Amino acid sequence: MAKETGMISWKELALGCAVTRPGSAMDLKTGDWRSQRPVTDFEKCTKCGMCYIFCPDMVYSQKPEGFYEANMYYCKGCGICAKECPADAITMVEESV
Amino acid sequence: MGKRIGIEVSLAVSEAAKLANVDVISAYPITPQTHIVEHLSELVADGHLDAEFIPVESEHSAMSACIGASAAGARTFTSTCAQGLALMLEICYIAAALRLPIVMAMANRSLSGPISIWNDHGDLMMARDSGWIQLVAENGQEAFDLTIQAFRIAEDHRVLLPVIVNLDGFTLSHVIEPIEILSQEEVDKYLPPYKPKMWLDLKNPITMGAVGIPEVYTEAKKAQDEALKGAKPVVIEAWNEFAKLFGRKYQPVETYKTEGADTLLVTMGSTTETAMTAVDAMRAAGRKVGIVRIRLYRPFPKEEFLAAVKGAKQLAVMDRALAFSGMETGPLATEIKAVLYDQAQKPYVWNFIAGLAGRDISVENFTEMADGVEAAAADKLPQGATWTNVRE
Repeated sequence: MAKETGMISWKELALGCAVTRPGSAMDLKTGDWRSQRPVTDFEKCTKCGMCYIFCPDMVYSQKPEGFYEANMYYCKGCGICAKECPADAITMVEESV
Repeated sequence: MGKRIGIEVSLAVSEAAKLANVDVISAYPITPQTHIVEHLSELVADGHLDAEFIPVESEHSAMSACIGASAAGARTFTSTCAQGLALMLEICYIAAALRLPIVMAMANRSLSGPISIWNDHGDLMMARDSGWIQLVAENGQEAFDLTIQAFRIAEDHRVLLPVIVNLDGFTLSHVIEPIEILSQEEVDKYLPPYKPKMWLDLKNPITMGAVGIPEVYTEAKKAQDEALKGAKPVVIEAWNEFAKLFGRKYQPVETYKTEGADTLLVTMGSTTETAMTAVDAMRAAGRKVGIVRIRLYRPFPKEEFLAAVKGAKQLAVMDRALAFSGMETGPLATEIKAVLYDQAQKPYVWNFIAGLAGRDISVENFTEMADGVEAAAADKLPQGATWTNVRE
């Protein structure tokens, strides 16, 4: 569980809840309460990168072929990318349980 | 062996911090704690103590500087009371959460308003839930001893929590008592040099005091709570070791003439010695009265307390502080009732609110408390409280 989500037991916390490893917050799965997820239609996507710029959680990253993909480990489904996409390539889809 | 001298209790506490060879003192003067800080600043300025004395502009800054110093691996001391603690309290919670073994002497004083500089346990109770270990001294010797012991307890790697040494303002802080001041050699034998477990080390950088998001906060608090609970055996161990070396035995809960007692006075701090005079007289008159005194207030010594009151028919619990709740009970009595709740056989409890802001508590007052609780128990009154010496 810990490896999968970054959630650890109180027994494993460092003394005084100190952070002993830089960037360890990245382990924590923060995209687990999303109700909708962005789905990109790569036929419409123009690789403009507006989703990458507007995403408040820096979830998007550019793939080698130039398209942008969201990392669902962190995405909260806020929908800003879908709202800002000038090509209307991103649709918010109900998250399945 | 140490030397028994006549010394003001505040200065004895300063001497204890000096003998503990503190590295950093950061404090802001406030009555009745002033002499502790003043004397330490003199000791540093005159070269008798090789430490950094950080004069600050407020208690908030004093505790902040203590946190920085302790986080850097320094043995750290401060002192405050009442309004000073109120200003400092935000940072006190953080010191405990960061598990920094800071030691603080608190010359107990009432909280304003009305404005008051006099002694009660309002500040002790205000720090109650802050996560600090709290020790309560009865006399000057104890204030001195507890200060030295506090460093050993706080810095033990099984504890790593800050400690408050409570001493009644004026009644203790400003009184000259005969106190055995341990020698440096003796203190060194008892108190090893401070070895931090985790500190701000350039070679091994860490972050202390990061945000605790909802996914982390509960676990952080659970770990802290376990640490406080786990501190009790280490406190007892530190006291036993002290007794072995220097002959003065300390226990979480002290008893006085409790054998066969039907009525027990439950006290904290210096008024206990007044209560002893009252109990001596009552015992001489054939009454079965004793005293149970709480020395270790946090973590609360539940088992030791229950053992101490076992067999008693009624408890007169004296609160030297208020915790406004809309119910007629002081904070100590509330807690003691909670401790007794799941006991099959429990004594009747009557609460006495007494000695607020330096109001005298006389020997007769303690006799009245014993009378009062016995009468209330005999009349089977619902357990309640009396304000001792209040003018109607």
